[in-house]
Amino acid sequence: MNKHKFEDLDVDKFLAPENEKRSVVAPDGSTVEIDPLKDYFCQDRPEVLKPKSAPVEKFLNWARAESLWVLGFGTGCGSIEIPPLVTPRFDMFRYGVQMRPTPRQSNVFIISGYLAVKTLKRVIRTYEQMPSPKYIMALGSCTINGGMYYDSYNTINRLDAYLPVDVYVAGCMPRPEALLAGFAKLKELIKAGKAEKANEYAENFDWYKANQKKIIKDWNMPDYNW
Amino acid sequence: MIDLIKDIESRFETSDYIQKLDHLAFITVEKEQAIALVTYLRDYRKYTDLTLLTAVDWLEDGVFQLTYLLNNPTDLTEIGVRVMIDRENATMESAHHLWENMMTYQRELREMFGIDFPGSPRLEEPFILEGWDDLPPYRRDFKTKEYAEKTYFPRPGRQSNDPATYMKSKMYPND
Repeated sequence: MNKHKFEDLDVDKFLAPENEKRSVVAPDGSTVEIDPLKDYFCQDRPEVLKPKSAPVEKFLNWARAESLWVLGFGTGCGSIEIPPLVTPRFDMFRYGVQMRPTPRQSNVFIISGYLAVKTLKRVIRTYEQMPSPKYIMALGSCTINGGMYYDSYNTINRLDAYLPVDVYVAGCMPRPEALLAGFAKLKELIKAGKAEKANEYAENFDWYKANQKKIIKDWNMPDYNW
Repeated sequence: MIDLIKDIESRFETSDYIQKLDHLAFITVEKEQAIALVTYLRDYRKYTDLTLLTAVDWLEDGVFQLTYLLNNPTDLTEIGVRVMIDRENATMESAHHLWENMMTYQRELREMFGIDFPGSPRLEEPFILEGWDDLPPYRRDFKTKEYAEKTYFPRPGRQSNDPATYMKSKMYPND
């Protein structure tokens, strides 16, 4: 496993004050040198989750498909389509889909609409903090080909250049019914063992990172934020 | 409002007075007197609220038009003070000492139009864009489509139609 080298990164230019190297006096009087980028973040690259034996994997996939926990993170106008899903009219809980407040507890990330570069940086950090297996569902034409923001100076055109997408839900914006159809499709893929995009992200890590760094010019975080 | 305008015209070098609505007027003032006029309106004429500070890029004339929109909460009138500044090395006096929120507007204008406000606090910090290294994007000579095509990997196969002609051909194919 390759360890990522922080020495290669030119992070000093944009480094946030809380991430600067500093020395702290410990309770016993000794001074401790702290480099937050090395000490507070894991430096390992993402790992490919190898499948278990066929019957076990089939059972695991069934279990994964029946408990899709969605991270409460809205990026664009599509985030307004998610609250109705929780209400009795659409009620996504009957399909085993529920919202979670932190990335550590969730395994589905809904990218709901257009994505500004500034938001993409937060999305990447959040996505990498989610435990594998994890799935991305991309809503709306903005994540597919830019949609009505295709010529904007600050929104990305296609999401799959920066993060691996399992399911697209087309529309501008898709209605909650379409979202439910998207969840059904995602379940199908997971049960068939085809929702392996998180592994693809780990395999093509360098390609994704190069694309992300091409547009996020003030890159001031570790390469992988686990 | 006409009394107020006459009063302003007697004190400052103004031009292009426009009464848009009963309670809304715009007046253009020389760059050197703009902050003095805004201060006068705030301290003596009860225009105590800053509604917004915004800019328009008049590329053909080579100027930026700044608008200080002030609100009078007692008689509910609004006055817009317009200032024309050069596009080349665009600089304007800072007015952050008059309203606290002026600082934020000036940061935004600095980032989106490249207008400098010397002395305004936190001016250099990124406001919306992070790590932007191109022309300020709200300038009209910034080609946003070219920039997007060059930067964001457009997906091939995208088609665009003119909505008017497309809907006409769909709904009235025989015309």
